[in-house]
Amino acid sequence: MFADYSMPELMSIFAMQGFAGLSLFSIFVLMALGLAIIFGQMGVINMAHGEFMILGAYTTYLTAQVFESVMPGLYGGYFFVAMILAFVVTFALGALVEWLMIRHLYHRPLDTLLATWGLSLILQQTYRSVFGAREVGVSLPDWMMGSIAVTDLVEIPINGLFVMVLSLLIAFAVYLLMFRSGWGRQVRAVVQNRPMAEAVGIDSGRVDRVTFALGCGIAGVAGSAFTMIGSTGPTSGQLYIVDTFLVVVFGGAQSLLGTIASAFTISQAQSTMEFFLSGSMAKVLTLLFVVGILMLRPQGLFALKVRR
Amino acid sequence: MKANMFIEWLKSREGIYYLLLALLLVVVFPLALDSFRLNMVGKYLTYAFAALGLVLCWGRSGILSLGQGIFFGLGGYCMAMFLKLEASSPENTAIQSTPGIPDFMDWNQLTALPWFWEPFHSFSFTLIAVLAVPALLAFIIAVAMFKRRVGGVYFAIITQAIAAILTILIIGQQGFTGGVNGITDLRTLMGWDIRTDEAKTLLYFVCVGMLFVCLIVGAWVMRSKLGRILLAMRDQEDRVRFSGYDVASFKIFVFCLAAMFAGIGGAMFTLQVGFMSPSFVGIVPSIEMVILCAVGGRNSLLGAIYGALIVNAAKTFFSESFPELWLYGLGVLFIAVVLAFPDGLAGLYRRYVMPLESKLPAMLRRGNAEAQTLPVEEAK
Repeated sequence: MFADYSMPELMSIFAMQGFAGLSLFSIFVLMALGLAIIFGQMGVINMAHGEFMILGAYTTYLTAQVFESVMPGLYGGYFFVAMILAFVVTFALGALVEWLMIRHLYHRPLDTLLATWGLSLILQQTYRSVFGAREVGVSLPDWMMGSIAVTDLVEIPINGLFVMVLSLLIAFAVYLLMFRSGWGRQVRAVVQNRPMAEAVGIDSGRVDRVTFALGCGIAGVAGSAFTMIGSTGPTSGQLYIVDTFLVVVFGGAQSLLGTIASAFTISQAQSTMEFFLSGSMAKVLTLLFVVGILMLRPQGLFALKVRR
Repeated sequence: MKANMFIEWLKSREGIYYLLLALLLVVVFPLALDSFRLNMVGKYLTYAFAALGLVLCWGRSGILSLGQGIFFGLGGYCMAMFLKLEASSPENTAIQSTPGIPDFMDWNQLTALPWFWEPFHSFSFTLIAVLAVPALLAFIIAVAMFKRRVGGVYFAIITQAIAAILTILIIGQQGFTGGVNGITDLRTLMGWDIRTDEAKTLLYFVCVGMLFVCLIVGAWVMRSKLGRILLAMRDQEDRVRFSGYDVASFKIFVFCLAAMFAGIGGAMFTLQVGFMSPSFVGIVPSIEMVILCAVGGRNSLLGAIYGALIVNAAKTFFSESFPELWLYGLGVLFIAVVLAFPDGLAGLYRRYVMPLESKLPAMLRRGNAEAQTLPVEEAK
């Protein structure tokens, strides 16, 4: 399949597809970070994660609409306001869901899976009723338009670059929060030994709620970033949920670095193969490859060695 | 001796429930419903096959599979391939550029039948394939996962991913599989037109018969020592392992059995509905099969059948009258069945109706008498 192309052409194909893969990578990382916290740390399967992301995307869309009609002069900066709003809204919904539903189900992980699937159906239908079944998109502010020409053959769109930088920043922030802050230490303590953590005075119920809400909040920010590179529809979230779960499991559920590495591998493999094969076959091969590796190495790429 | 035990069992309370279900499916529905509605009930019952498998696999053994749609689809596609080949005889497809191959292959510029379609000219091969293909795939998945002691949510996610892969594959490979439309326009089974009302009614009874075969196999598994080991494995896996049982083999067995049930369901679906498409294979139908089982009661085989009937009837009703409400309803059902009624209808029945039954012993005795007359005649 490579024979038809000359060497420099191949190089630029790889570079361009590599970059196209990077925007998929950003989506994966942003979605997977939230899941890695919720699933990796708490062991809760949140099937509604995609819908939390889409909630963030719709929040961003609404903010953009408000900015456009009320203060068009400030439109360039709407994104940062929208991102914060998206975080707040999804965080609040996450906390509510945890309180109403998840906290009753911690000892039954398979049942959380079903309950959150139900939640995702309800949210999807709500979006469809409120925003309509058609996909909506935001118009990008001027500074995000255009692209940077690296060489004659390779061009990098600015919005993609922005989203990628954003996702890495958020990944770094999550790392600091989980592994360098007092709160992160509490979370890890509760995960490792709940009774002991409670004995030293950690309010484990509160830690659970904030952790779940935080994971949802990150999904909201992910949705906000998602509007930069794609349009949003009621079922957009569901498209990514299986892939993202594979990303998290493939990376090793409790390792942030593993999550990022596996998001990178999967997105690059898929986007490079997409150029040579049809899109669907590329996806089939990538997923088969991941499932195959998981069958051989169920603990994922970067397994944390902990004594149980 | 055996017959006596069977009669004893039928006289028991459990036997009466089975008889009541048989009465409902074999007598009440065919009498009360027109042939269109009866065909729909038949369609609902095909999902009950998958739900039965899930009772054994999830309720009894604690293995949640989010991929029963895979096996349902494989069974259905095997049957559809046979029927499609029969429908695309050279005479029927004379207008195509390559006569004798299915129409969608011709549209996709295929000029010869792919090799994996060839054996489906034979009906006996198809019947074996309906059971063997799902079982084989289930066996591969199960060996790979359970031998490495992967279970719980990981297993659920992997099976879901495989369901996604299979859907994308079927949709992507249009020329070989009929793509997103699936395999349509199926006409005859060994020269017998399956589209007439009489054929559909007969197929309904075949479906009910197969369902009872699966039900009895399932009940036998649950009552046997094997069933008790499965239960022990669900609750204390390590302890079963330390007692010397090979836990993985039991899990592989029950997962393959569930896959075969789903495969039979899929084949019956194709026969009754007249087509098969990827929309019955993927993530959404697979997880809906879990909810059928959960609504009926994840530990109750009979519950799974009632669950399949009730949920699908509700789905049809809401989709016909209030389409936008159905997803809300389904969502609430998922949450409610997990939070409030983890044992589903069977649990509610046990808690609220059974005590009433004991208060009315006279009624129960009459029920017993009725139950006695039927099988004795059969035994003679």
